Amino acid sequence: MANEHTSSEYQAELNDLRERLLLMAGRVEEMIRLSVRAVVESDSKLAEDTILLDRQVNRDELEIDDLCLVLLARRQPMGTDLRFITRSMKMVTDLERIGDLAVNICERAKDLAALEQLRPYVRIPRMATKVQEMVHETFEAFIYADSQRARIAIDMDDEVDELYHQVIRTVLEVAGGNKEVYPQTVHVQGVAKLLERIGDHATNVAEQVIFMVDGTDIRHEGKLH
Amino acid sequence: MSQFEVGNLKAWYGEKQVLMDVSVTLPSQGVTAIIGPSGCGKSTFIRCLNRMHELVVGARMEGRIVLGSEDIMSPEVDPVLLRRRGGMVFQRPNPFPTMSIRQNVLSGLTLTGRLNRSTADEVLEKALGDAALWDEVKDRLDTPGGGLSGGQQQRLCIARCLAVEPDVLLMDEPCSALDPIATARIEELIAQLRERLTVVIVTHNMQQAARVSDRTAFFLMGELVELSETTVLFTQPTDQRTEDYITGRFG
Ligand SMILES: Nc1ncnc2c1ncn2[C@@H]1O[C@H](COP(=O)(O)OP(=O)(O)OP(=O)(O)O)[C@@H](O)[C@H]1O
Ligand SMILES: [Mg+2]
Repeated sequence: MANEHTSSEYQAELNDLRERLLLMAGRVEEMIRLSVRAVVESDSKLAEDTILLDRQVNRDELEIDDLCLVLLARRQPMGTDLRFITRSMKMVTDLERIGDLAVNICERAKDLAALEQLRPYVRIPRMATKVQEMVHETFEAFIYADSQRARIAIDMDDEVDELYHQVIRTVLEVAGGNKEVYPQTVHVQGVAKLLERIGDHATNVAEQVIFMVDGTDIRHEGKLH
Repeated sequence: MSQFEVGNLKAWYGEKQVLMDVSVTLPSQGVTAIIGPSGCGKSTFIRCLNRMHELVVGARMEGRIVLGSEDIMSPEVDPVLLRRRGGMVFQRPNPFPTMSIRQNVLSGLTLTGRLNRSTADEVLEKALGDAALWDEVKDRLDTPGGGLSGGQQQRLCIARCLAVEPDVLLMDEPCSALDPIATARIEELIAQLRERLTVVIVTHNMQQAARVSDRTAFFLMGELVELSETTVLFTQPTDQRTEDYITGRFG
């Protein structure tokens, strides 16, 4: 998006949309980070506080959606602007879902905090770092209109999936059929599953970025026929 | 059928060249929209297609234009007859103001001595019906064309074109003086005509181009920059200059 709009008001609206998306993405990233810290540090207060952050993310979704509708109605965008605005509408849905998943992680954190910790978490924080990185890369790709970085983010999803399977295996080994620790096992698996799903949403967002930048739709690649 | 094949078209007003070297095929049937900034040569281009350009004193054109199988630049072609084959609709409705609605619609046939008294009423009703004007004027066919509203006059001009059963319809900003409802009527009409005619429409309204056309051509400073499927041109144009223009950015 090299050139400025002839209409400075329109340009300002587009800049506003971009900024709000970035703020929302920042908040969601923070939610992932805090939710996993609440798990690792058995901190249910932190979990509670983090759940409250979701309200702002929900507001972000509604406001950004509205802004997109107004832009579509008033500016009748074309070309890259049209792709940017329509993709933004999809992106906020994924971001909002990521926020919800972070809330779910917080709920697991509260449950886990009340139970005896089986052993230190190693892979869960690693998974969390990865998905946060995915979200971060994706939005950097978005600001700099760099589809290469979006593709890097998508590739990271394989590592997230791999870590997920490792967590499941480890949890089963540690439990070793001991019914006493069944609740912990379920919650840890749950957290890993939630992180894995965050990775999937981040992948969706990255695909939107690629469409926005290159105009190529890579969703369902090779899966439509 | 009547596709246009334009090869190396150049046009001048006096010394000033305004079409550079335009080569393009406009397929028969369907609608081609032409967009571009003011002064880029859209009107000149469309007026070359029926050789109206050469009516301007000091103007000339050069290149190849084949309509269907006919080389319309050939010296044997009578430009007057050619213009009757392809109707042209302009920005400002230009009915013959004192002629009746009936005479306006039939004028093309009268002027070329092709009017058949026994079928005249039929032709009249069909042309006005196709132009979506029949219901509004059927009770006042013998009143002057100048007594209609702007939108009705524009549809009258379209009916006048349709009466001669043209192969092509060339429209130069036909809706720029019309309100949204009259515009919608004309667009609806274009949608119906696309089945049987080759329609070329110049428009400054990109949304209109997006609504009515199958293909869109973007002109800039006398050059054809890009001709693409309309859905592609407005979402994913190939040329950066097209992108800048359709999104409203400085070049
Ligand atoms: N009769 C004329 N005599 C001299 N120059 C002319 C004449 N008509 C047009 N031109 C010039 O030719 C160029 C192309 O004009 P043309 O009317 O084809 O542009 P256009 O794309 O239709 O513009 P607009 O969108 O304003 O109708 C312009 O630079 C214009 O000034
Ligand atoms: Mg013009």
